Amino acid sequence: MKKQITIAGFGGQGVMSIGKSLVEAAVDENLHATWVPSYGPEMRGGTANCEVVLSDEPVGSPVFTYPTELIAMNRPSLHKFEDMVQPGGTIFVNSSIIGDKVQRTDVKAVYVPCDTIADELGNKKVSNMVMLGAYIAATGALKTETIKEMLVHMFTGPKAKLVDLNMEALERGKACIES
Amino acid sequence: MDTTVEKELWKGNEAVAEAAIRAGCKCFFGYPITPQNEIPEYMSAHLPEAGGVFIQSESELAAINMVYGAAASGVRAMTSSSSPGISLKQEGISAMCSGELPGVVVNMMRGGPGLGTIQPSQCDYFQATRGGGNGDYRTIVLAPCDIQEAVDMTQEAFDLADIYRMPVMILGDGMIGQMMEPIVWHDIPKRELPSKDWCASGRKGRDHSNFITSLRIDAPDSEEFNRHLEAKYKTIAEKETRWVEKDTDGCEIIIAAYGTPSRIALSAAEELEAKGIKVGLFRPQTVWPFPSERLAELAAQPSVKAILVVEMSLGQMVEDVQLAVKGAKPVRFYGRVGGMVPSVEEIAEEAEKILQEVR
Repeated sequence: MKKQITIAGFGGQGVMSIGKSLVEAAVDENLHATWVPSYGPEMRGGTANCEVVLSDEPVGSPVFTYPTELIAMNRPSLHKFEDMVQPGGTIFVNSSIIGDKVQRTDVKAVYVPCDTIADELGNKKVSNMVMLGAYIAATGALKTETIKEMLVHMFTGPKAKLVDLNMEALERGKACIES
Repeated sequence: MDTTVEKELWKGNEAVAEAAIRAGCKCFFGYPITPQNEIPEYMSAHLPEAGGVFIQSESELAAINMVYGAAASGVRAMTSSSSPGISLKQEGISAMCSGELPGVVVNMMRGGPGLGTIQPSQCDYFQATRGGGNGDYRTIVLAPCDIQEAVDMTQEAFDLADIYRMPVMILGDGMIGQMMEPIVWHDIPKRELPSKDWCASGRKGRDHSNFITSLRIDAPDSEEFNRHLEAKYKTIAEKETRWVEKDTDGCEIIIAAYGTPSRIALSAAEELEAKGIKVGLFRPQTVWPFPSERLAELAAQPSVKAILVVEMSLGQMVEDVQLAVKGAKPVRFYGRVGGMVPSVEEIAEEAEKILQEVR
């Protein structure tokens, strides 16, 4: 198994966190993993992206030209990276704010209304967890249980109340794929 | 994969800082610059907890001279920066070589020249391996290719600095500083360390005062001291030269790279091998001393048609490769600059192109 995932969106959408969560969970599952952020001269509301590699072999290059999957949290990200996705790969689209459809026919397109679901859950910040749930359900790259255990470790003390919310977001994302 | 050891996810810069604390670093002095800011940030939070001192200095020049002072008093001290900041520290590094003071300097290189860009680069190879300051001096330069190695090398750097009484540089790049990956904390082999009976930490009943200086105004004395450094550097070249090679036996082309490009070259080699091309990888772990002898041996193999050097520079390490190979085989270069990172595809394509030309 080798996944090369590009995750992109506006700064503040939790793009980096999706990547970190994937890598953290991959390490818990004894996979090899790398996370490389874009750290250009970014501005608030600008674009942010990270590159994640998950593999059962040691990772050579932590950067890549052609992702196996693209997670596009906003419209500019879809346009910027759509053409780079490997044929047979998957593009995940945050369909709450991206009205466009994936133009390519040689990749799978998965539309997840992340922001809409997050709003229904009462906290827009968990939009990224909805997408993460959709990603692991669609790819089977990681176990949901590992992500859940990670959330328990991540949110402790006064933040412990966020565990349930994040888990619900994860489940709602999964449900988008399974339904 | 081995599941018996606990893997932890670390960001490169933070891991380097933690490694230094674990190695007994007691003083950190630095001035902020991207892409290495997580080193001083981590140090500011955790070094005092470990009984150490963190100072955000007023300038890079102050930081390196604080390292000089702390090292002279016998404690383990370090500074970190990125390219333009390391330039400012050259005077102090030269002085530390002359004062024979141990210390660790981390350079997470970014694009240059001048203020350049904050993206990853390897454009300070010449500065690191030739000495960016004045005088006939060397620093041991360790070049990690991933976070595990950055951690291991940082811990070892303090030992090397103490053993040889000189600054040791960790030459990373912005990518290694900014990325995250799992590592294992393990004890590095302990080296036998000489006593610091030379340090200026109070006379304490000794019959003489220790005097640390970088000024030797009398020419014969100065020459003698330079000869002493020469002998020391020769010993280091004999004992501390390190590299890693992969599939070099009977290979058709050698790709030589250090740091991040060496990882990208590893993936490129996999692509080339799938096409039936035998690729050997040669990765210096010390770029000074440079593993010239071994590279010359490998290049001399009849099977080797060419050597491709890949760097994030306009071509700096390639000169060391040429000096090592001495014209025995064609040495070619591929580089990306200004913060751009070579891709797996570019390296593979370049290797194929070279082989078509030289076959």
